[in-house]
Amino acid sequence: MTISNDTAAPQRTSVPGGKKKNSLTAGQKPGWTWIAVLAGALVVAAGITALLGGGSFSWVGWLVIAAVLYVLGMYLATRVIENSRRATDGLWRNLVWAAFLLALIPLISVLWTVAANGLPTLLETPQLLWRDMQGVTGSDDIATQTEGAPLAGGFLHGLVGTLMITLLATIISVPIGLLTSIYLVEYGRGGWFSRAIVFFVDVMTGIPSIVAGLFAFAAVQLVITTFIGDGPRQLQMVKMGLSAAIALSVLMIPVVVRSTEEMLRVVPNELREASYALGVRKWRTIFKVVLPTAMSGIASGVTLSIARVTGETAPILVTAGYIATTNWNPFDGWMTALPVYIYRQLINPTAPAAADPSAERAWAAALVLIVIVMLLNLIARIVAKAFAPKKTGR
Amino acid sequence: MSKRIDAVDLNVYYGNFRAVEGVNINIEPRSVTAFIGPSGCGKTTFLRTINRMHEVLPGARAEGRLLLDGEDIYDPGVDPVTVRTMVGMVFQRPNPFPTMSIRDNILAGYKLNGTRMSKSTADGIVEKSLRGANLWNEVKDRLDKPGSGLSGGQQQRLCIARSIAVEPDVILMDEPCSALDPISTLAIEDLINELKDNYTVVIVTHNMQQAARVADKTAFFNIAGTGKPGKLIEYDDTSVIFNNPSNKQTEDYVSGRFG
Repeated sequence: MTISNDTAAPQRTSVPGGKKKNSLTAGQKPGWTWIAVLAGALVVAAGITALLGGGSFSWVGWLVIAAVLYVLGMYLATRVIENSRRATDGLWRNLVWAAFLLALIPLISVLWTVAANGLPTLLETPQLLWRDMQGVTGSDDIATQTEGAPLAGGFLHGLVGTLMITLLATIISVPIGLLTSIYLVEYGRGGWFSRAIVFFVDVMTGIPSIVAGLFAFAAVQLVITTFIGDGPRQLQMVKMGLSAAIALSVLMIPVVVRSTEEMLRVVPNELREASYALGVRKWRTIFKVVLPTAMSGIASGVTLSIARVTGETAPILVTAGYIATTNWNPFDGWMTALPVYIYRQLINPTAPAAADPSAERAWAAALVLIVIVMLLNLIARIVAKAFAPKKTGR
Repeated sequence: MSKRIDAVDLNVYYGNFRAVEGVNINIEPRSVTAFIGPSGCGKTTFLRTINRMHEVLPGARAEGRLLLDGEDIYDPGVDPVTVRTMVGMVFQRPNPFPTMSIRDNILAGYKLNGTRMSKSTADGIVEKSLRGANLWNEVKDRLDKPGSGLSGGQQQRLCIARSIAVEPDVILMDEPCSALDPISTLAIEDLINELKDNYTVVIVTHNMQQAARVADKTAFFNIAGTGKPGKLIEYDDTSVIFNNPSNKQTEDYVSGRFG
């Protein structure tokens, strides 16, 4: 060191063997090993793919072969340079990463496909969002496909139907689910009745959604024929938004019960005892201490259960039917939900001879549905944060 | 304020298991009584029967008589909620309500019961209770902050303030200092000494020095073995229990020869 340096900074105590190679890091593979292995794997994989593919070059095959070669190459390289323990460690780490990436592929693929197919349509004709299919005929779609006329129709009725049916289903399910889980946690105390409820709730989580739809249809029909009448006019009433909401609540209630039950169970017993010790009655303790403490978890559980039933198709098709006009009244007349709209547009295009405009509308509707579900998930997170007990003021 | 407690042949059960057997004890008003004894001897169980918190646990019940100023709290038809408004309780671990501010924690006994009060009355209760718990000066500038943001010792004093806010006659404390450091323990012990001017204080403690420091009278509980019920072995002035106990078991326990 020079003298000028010494005045600028306090002299470092000299470490014995400062420049010498650290014996603790000896025998390790250099930091650029993985880059070398990756480059090698890519090159070799490109060669194999070109050989196997003959004339055409498969990008997917290239990446898959490269990934396999990279994992094997890293294992062998580590094994040769270092030791088998580190090699096994690295192998498992790479396999875990590979599994993670594999799981991510379908998710990203679905999002990408829907966005790629739906977004251009939606940007080109945003009117889809506030128009329904009333008055749209096959000739409109033929004109769109052959002469480039603007896309007709829209899915406002689907948005309204999904909104009203889901809202009604939430209004039905949340009180029932919440009170059931309160019974299970606070009153049932593991007796035979609460064990039976838990069993049937678990069974309910597994029932196919079409069964829920048929159940709701049959139940509403029974009620209407018993109390109102069984003429053709009355039987026509069975298909309405409310029936679909009942079908969705059958699917929703078990989810709400299970998630809320978990949340109530993690509320510390000490808080209940603290409240009892102040001379507070049990129901007030539950509603003013237990529920607020668990509120963030309950709210996010409810929102997730809403997101889950928003995408249901079959039970709504059975119970609410499919119409082309916008119907705001869930107690009278058929309603269209967004998933049903997508299904019908793809299976029964408005113009069977010109299916492309229908497919475009379906993709746009699918994108909107995914955005709605994502927004619900986002809201669940925000709600959970907003309601969470304030942790510290320290 | 401040009532006397008399237990007459009190047996406490968990289901079919008799946890505490035949307790007879007379606790004077405006005094501090300490329950000491080894773990599992039933002192906490007995303490919880004094405000009927015991029966919150499934299958738990008590037989015998427990008189609060001569009135049996186990009389059929007595509402446990009424008993608990007269007998407050402080628990082993500080448990302020996490969703509430410091101020709301103090007023919890009123707010949770839906009692309406003017802001000035509420402010008066908050200040009086916090002063009573020696916490006012530390938190007066942050009454709207969450109670869980306080230190452990402050949280425990907040819990004491919360229970004295509803003006009970008796305050039960279940090892109130076992989760606290010595400084916070000292603060709580000073507070217990002040509380006995107005309340009957019963405290369960594992710390014999603490019993010797704060209690006027001390009760020693013991069990004959696992699966046997706990019993009240000796109950006398604290100085007698620690210096001149009449029972051999008490002597062994307080002198450290036990176990």
